[in-house]
Amino acid sequence: MASTKVSEPVSVQAAEKTGKANVVAVTGWLVPGAGYFLVRRWVRGTLVFVCIIAMFVLGLAMQGQLYGPNARDLLDLLGWIGDLSSGLLYWISRAVGWGAGNQFTVMGDYGTKFLVAAGLLNLLTASDARDIALGRKS
Amino acid sequence: MPTLTLSHFAALTLFALFSSVIFGITLREEVKEQIRYGLFCFVCFLGGAIVAGWAMFLVNRR
Repeated sequence: MASTKVSEPVSVQAAEKTGKANVVAVTGWLVPGAGYFLVRRWVRGTLVFVCIIAMFVLGLAMQGQLYGPNARDLLDLLGWIGDLSSGLLYWISRAVGWGAGNQFTVMGDYGTKFLVAAGLLNLLTASDARDIALGRKS
Repeated sequence: MPTLTLSHFAALTLFALFSSVIFGITLREEVKEQIRYGLFCFVCFLGGAIVAGWAMFLVNRR
């Protein structure tokens, strides 16, 4: 008996593609550059991995502050969102006790900006990897 | 975590370098365009800071 191949409806394929792209985005958020590795962009992934982690580590070494959830202060809340965007780097640093910050030195203030910027740039790269997975970008 | 103290310019240069690489990768598609845009961002970061620094110096002198 001859087998007949039934093609999946377009909506199912699109849903699968979106699901995979979301996995890429979440992975890219948790581990910098990992989203690019999932879509086989090895050079981009390596560059992102090195740059984001270097920025984050430099921020910690410059005695930058990692924000915690503080709904009373809008700026703290925004800083926390920025830090949280670093994914696992944020949770590991908080667990180890790094990122207490030194508000009395200029370098500590710079470090805080490095930490927030690393998170926001990580979010940008995760979104970019998602776009590649969706086929919106090469 | 060991502490690190950099000059303002060194901190700015490192920030500009890493940010420019990410901007180049995410905002352009072709490799040549990515490199060109990354360099453009790097120069803008450094140039903008130097211009702003001189502007503040001149305003402060008056």
